[in-house]
Amino acid sequence: MNGPDVTWYLAVAGVLFATGALGVLLRRSPLIVLLSLEIMLNGANLALIAFARQQGDLDGQIFALAVMAVAASEVVVGLGLIVAMARRRLVLDVDELTTLRG
Amino acid sequence: MGNVIVWIVWLAALFGCIGSGVAVVSMTNPFYSAIALIGNLGSLAVFFLLLQAEFVAAAQVLVYAGAVMVMFLFVIAYLGGQADAPWAGGSSWQRWAAVIAASALLLEIIMVIGLKAGGRLSDEAEVREAFGSPGDIGRLFLTDHLLAFEITSIVLLVAAIGGVVLGAHSRHGEPRYEGPAGVPVSRERTLPPEPVAATPHDASGAGVPG
Repeated sequence: MNGPDVTWYLAVAGVLFATGALGVLLRRSPLIVLLSLEIMLNGANLALIAFARQQGDLDGQIFALAVMAVAASEVVVGLGLIVAMARRRLVLDVDELTTLRG
Repeated sequence: MGNVIVWIVWLAALFGCIGSGVAVVSMTNPFYSAIALIGNLGSLAVFFLLLQAEFVAAAQVLVYAGAVMVMFLFVIAYLGGQADAPWAGGSSWQRWAAVIAASALLLEIIMVIGLKAGGRLSDEAEVREAFGSPGDIGRLFLTDHLLAFEITSIVLLVAAIGGVVLGAHSRHGEPRYEGPAGVPVSRERTLPPEPVAATPHDASGAGVPG
């Protein structure tokens, strides 16, 4: 491959994962937490596909497609929860939702 | 020559990817965050194309940047897009702990890549021209990974049912359980009283001879 080797792709995947983790930990709005979660999943996907290219094995790409399907399911359920929360007039703030706290 | 072009495309995708990722985390308005995430997914699709994953790149653009992000934008439009500043809310130590945890994670990943894997990852397997084509992916899905394929379809079905259940209103025609007589039922929301009218269906059915 005439271009950057897999190490560079892995570094980008690591930066993406850390950016998403920062968003998940820092932001208070559950919508932006979900968006940051998508960034984390995509970082993992990039690493999977980079390793698939380096090993010459398509299993990594299959795994990445499965991760995409799981991410789509997670978005459906997460957005459904957020809409249900908004309909019950709850505050959309992950620090305020402490009903289940022991 | 081809080498230079690949590097230029790679650097452009890198800036798009990291820049839009930081924008998602730092934007105040969730609408702009979602738009930035579409840019992030698009530049990731460029990376996938450079890694000879054509089918995954196409699925990324169709499924993620298309379907999932449209759903996000609909929900943000429905909720009115409340502003949420990145540094607002929470105590100060929480913010610093978040930044420190994320930087520790980044440092860890970079250290592992640099120390452990750096030298051994530069040699790559020779792959065929059809590597990552829809035909190859489909054949693997229907032979080696058939179980994973079917389980994925069940996961998607369950998620769709869950989304419908979470989003469903109580139907207006159905009688609601009001609780035992004399016991007040507390509700989150009071619905308008349901109209109690004879349905035209009964009246028309009575007139039919036979």
